[in-house]
Amino acid sequence: MSKAQNNEAVTHRLLKKNRSSAKRNERTGKIIVFTSAAIIIAATIAITLFLGYKGLKTFFVFDIDIWNFLTSTTWDGTSESGAFSFIFGSFAVTFLAALFAAPIGIGSAIFMTEIAKKWGQKVLQPVIEILVGIPSVVYGLIGVTVIVPLIRNHIGGLGFSLLAGMIVVGVMILPTITSISADAIKAIPIDIKDAAYGLGATRWQTIYKVIIPAALPSLMTAIVFGMARAFGEALAIQMVIGNVKGLPDSITDQAATLTSIITLDMPHTTYGSVHNSLLWSLGLILLVMSYVFIIIIRVVSSRRKI
Amino acid sequence: MNRRITNKLATIVFVLCAAIMSITLVYLLGYILTSGLSYVDMDFLTSNSSSFQEGGGIKNQLWNSFYILVVTMIFSVPLGVLGGIYLAEYAKPGKLTNVIRTSVEVLSSLPSIVVGMFGLLVFVQYAGLGYSIIAGALALTVFNLPIIVRVTEDSLRAIPVKQKNASLALGITHWHTVKTVLVPAAFPGILTGVLLSAGRVFGEAAALLFTAGLSTRNLDFGTWDPFDSTSPLNPFRSAETLSVHIWKVNSQGIMPDLDAIANGSAAVLIIFVLIFNVTARVIGNMIFNKITGSK
Repeated sequence: MSKAQNNEAVTHRLLKKNRSSAKRNERTGKIIVFTSAAIIIAATIAITLFLGYKGLKTFFVFDIDIWNFLTSTTWDGTSESGAFSFIFGSFAVTFLAALFAAPIGIGSAIFMTEIAKKWGQKVLQPVIEILVGIPSVVYGLIGVTVIVPLIRNHIGGLGFSLLAGMIVVGVMILPTITSISADAIKAIPIDIKDAAYGLGATRWQTIYKVIIPAALPSLMTAIVFGMARAFGEALAIQMVIGNVKGLPDSITDQAATLTSIITLDMPHTTYGSVHNSLLWSLGLILLVMSYVFIIIIRVVSSRRKI
Repeated sequence: MNRRITNKLATIVFVLCAAIMSITLVYLLGYILTSGLSYVDMDFLTSNSSSFQEGGGIKNQLWNSFYILVVTMIFSVPLGVLGGIYLAEYAKPGKLTNVIRTSVEVLSSLPSIVVGMFGLLVFVQYAGLGYSIIAGALALTVFNLPIIVRVTEDSLRAIPVKQKNASLALGITHWHTVKTVLVPAAFPGILTGVLLSAGRVFGEAAALLFTAGLSTRNLDFGTWDPFDSTSPLNPFRSAETLSVHIWKVNSQGIMPDLDAIANGSAAVLIIFVLIFNVTARVIGNMIFNKITGSK
């Protein structure tokens, strides 16, 4: 029996012995902690049920065709409304943001863990972890004051655009991706790196043939985490994307996302109206997507090799 | 020699990645602080906000942010810590534990706007709280709870099992051991996590739009009766926080100096978030050094 197992067994025996003595005290404690755990489950179930109920009402009470809702691009608050432009907007922003944040984030993580270890881990990583905590309105504000004028003056269009949304969100998820990736790379056993170096591999060969394959599932998890954050982000996107209710023609065109339309329209609709109900359906899509992201993360990280 | 060149090139690419990121992030912080701090003075911090005139301050918004933060922590810390204790100490592997873990995961990955919508429906409308500090704090509790649960569970699991056994061997019950041995030992770790989460709660806006509301009364800091409608302590009044203020000024503001107000508020917000984060880090490092005996 290993030492750890032995300690576990001791715990078990000691717990058993105690059970007869102070039963009541023990029971109170158990009830308190279990109630707290139950509240957490209840909150999750309540959110799912309430959003499901309010979101599905659109289709069952107001009799709106689900297919039309998912594919139509007109949004006027009537029963003919469809959310396709916003679904498209949300996915476009998420994928485009991940497209530039993932390589830079993972590249920086490799720099921090493999190239400039001392400086990277003493200075860069703490700074990045602090930046994960910067509020999204601040990113939105910088988007409005810096990125939007930059696009307007140098690329064209109004500046408020899909491109602006993608840059703001990309920068926002950059620290998240970097920090999770760096942890993943650090978790790789030093032996397999040493083995590669011992065989005469260069640093790049070691990174490319050993480190990246070994850390791949965790790196994917980092990217999906970033994408989930991008998909659910509301205010930063809403401030820079322009919120025009139609499909964008180009990347510098104004667009809207699920979150930006909820933010914008929610205060102006009457409770119980069709328009209001449609917004709840958009919320339901966000909820369903956050379950989908969890499932993807589970599938990806179950392939973890180390 | 080809592979040497590839290696050099690859190194350059990685350095470039890190440089792009560092420059972006340093620029971000630098921009907010330099463009905002020039506007921040005592007058800005201590005067009421204005809706269309020049020279509005952020006194009430700043107070609201802290008040909501405190109320949120009062709800979420006990609940989260107890939930974490359950997961670390009492939960047996099985279906129920899986359900709890999945719940924590779901809650932590919910978009904050969805939490806001849930808060609007349940706390603002069904519970009849209206746009209020208490409704906002309850919504933020949903948002903060999973973080506290995780931190508590991790801190408890990091305690050596011998320490627990020593207590149990003295004939002390499990619950009493949790209270007197495990929680005190895990306290520094939990504190670090709570401070980190405080930074997040302080900056959160999307979940508060539909729960704590978009407006705030000019508070009378002489009235401390919590039921007076102008009292800063009244938990049932609508309360616009600092981060919501930044958003509102930027998207609906009509005052002539709205850029200055937004930038100034952002600088103040960032400074407080940084204080929370850095304090958490310093405490975390101190504990790490103490436990490992390094330095």
